[in-house]
Amino acid sequence: MNSIMDISLLLLKGIKITLIVLAVSIVISTLIAFVAGLSRVSSNVLLNKFTGVYVEIFRGTSLIIQLFWFSYALPGLFNIHLGSDIWTAVIAISLNYGAYMSEIVRSSILSVSHGQTEASVALNLTKFQRMRHIIIPQAIRMMLPEYGNYLIQILKATSLVSLIGLTDLLYYGNIYRSTHLSEAPTVYMLILVFYFVLALPLIAFTRKMEVFSKKGVAQE
Amino acid sequence: MGKPIVNYSKIHKSFGDVDVLKGINLDIKPGEKVALIGPSGSGKTTIIRMLMTLEQPTSGTILVNGENLWQMEKKGQLVPSDDKHLHAIRGDIGMVFQHFNLFPHMTIVENCMLAPALAKKNDKKEVKIQAVEMLEKVGLGDKINLYPAQLSGGQKQRVAMARALMMKPKVMLFDEVTSALDPELVGEVLEVIRDLAKEGEMAMILVTHEMDFALDIADRILFLNEGVIEEEGPPSELLVNPKSERLQDFLARFNKR
Ligand SMILES: Nc1ncnc2c1ncn2[C@@H]1O[C@H](COP(=O)(O)OP(=O)(O)O)[C@@H](O)[C@H]1O
Ligand SMILES: [Mg+2]
Repeated sequence: MNSIMDISLLLLKGIKITLIVLAVSIVISTLIAFVAGLSRVSSNVLLNKFTGVYVEIFRGTSLIIQLFWFSYALPGLFNIHLGSDIWTAVIAISLNYGAYMSEIVRSSILSVSHGQTEASVALNLTKFQRMRHIIIPQAIRMMLPEYGNYLIQILKATSLVSLIGLTDLLYYGNIYRSTHLSEAPTVYMLILVFYFVLALPLIAFTRKMEVFSKKGVAQE
Repeated sequence: MGKPIVNYSKIHKSFGDVDVLKGINLDIKPGEKVALIGPSGSGKTTIIRMLMTLEQPTSGTILVNGENLWQMEKKGQLVPSDDKHLHAIRGDIGMVFQHFNLFPHMTIVENCMLAPALAKKNDKKEVKIQAVEMLEKVGLGDKINLYPAQLSGGQKQRVAMARALMMKPKVMLFDEVTSALDPELVGEVLEVIRDLAKEGEMAMILVTHEMDFALDIADRILFLNEGVIEEEGPPSELLVNPKSERLQDFLARFNKR
């Protein structure tokens, strides 16, 4: 019983890093997803191609390798330092998930019914007004449930940052286990519980968005 | 009879290697009500979509108020129109669609307010007053804060008309606006169009299969067949004494139903 308390207190120390990496990665990856997703549907060929290459590179390689690249290879090769380890982690996770999420931005925009565009033209809206007031608001409703799923995945991905030396939840768990080998099952059970509790609000958000997104969208 | 508000001349349109329209010449006078009839697939929708700038003609010219819609002058040469040119001209045209195309994420009064507010036709308060008036006019004054999904098909189509009217177009296009409706809802929509027609100043082009309705409100009927306007004239003449065999067949098929 005592050791459960001890382990929990130790894990709580790591939660701060986990939450910071999670929160900042969510914000930045969302921004990236929108910029990249909009570029993918733009008529500017150069922008479109360039973003396509970015998306494929980051979806085609694993996050863990990207983490190692940003934290060990880039500094060695090009003398590029991305600041502290936290920033390195956030940037790798954001670029990776931004690439995945840009695809839901793109496909949601494309699946807004073409009739919506035609009605906007008939009302003489400009291209920008049409995107801003008609297409994007409906695309956001459509992408929300899947977006929620990605947030949960980002939470899970944050557990990789201990591999580049960040002192997150998993890091502290591993530390404890290395000195108390026989308690390994307890340690990892608690780690599971901690991650699950962190995921609960994200799961609730996703459920809510599934209901919300059923309203107010014109789909083909 | 004054200058036409819309003029089509030698309009051709093909999709891939299918020639859909093969030389359309057409004048619409200000305030004129024209019904466009013809078999399904004859190109009726395509004719009005080109005027709404939703489809580009393969060749020929369309003038709106004397201005070339699909071409513009640039350094003394005629070049295809850019967005800005289309934007400047299509403000005079409005359209009501078969499937309404209301904005589902906005209430119906917001649907009506959006375009005039963005075009800064008036300040927002004034636009709202006009939108409410317009919705009252189509019999939906008590529903202004509902969303499209909460309305029947007939009500949706009336909202779509109110929304299009908010931009005060000089020409309004109707593409089979009752054909997606349950039969018992058709009447209420035709009623609104009839009232609009009576008001008079706005020209209307109606693609329709409602012959009685066309007979009632149109100044002129055009019969489109195989990519050309095969026959045209005032409804009493064209529907009662059709000259071409094809129109006779077409009308006979209708009367049988
Ligand atoms: N975007 C398009 N691409 C290819 N073919 C089209 C397109 N729009 C219309 N068509 C074809 O053009 C013809 C005329 O269509 P339409 O103008 O819709 O006829 P109507 O309204 O008289 O039924 C049809 O054969 C249709 O299949
Ligand atoms: Mg049609």
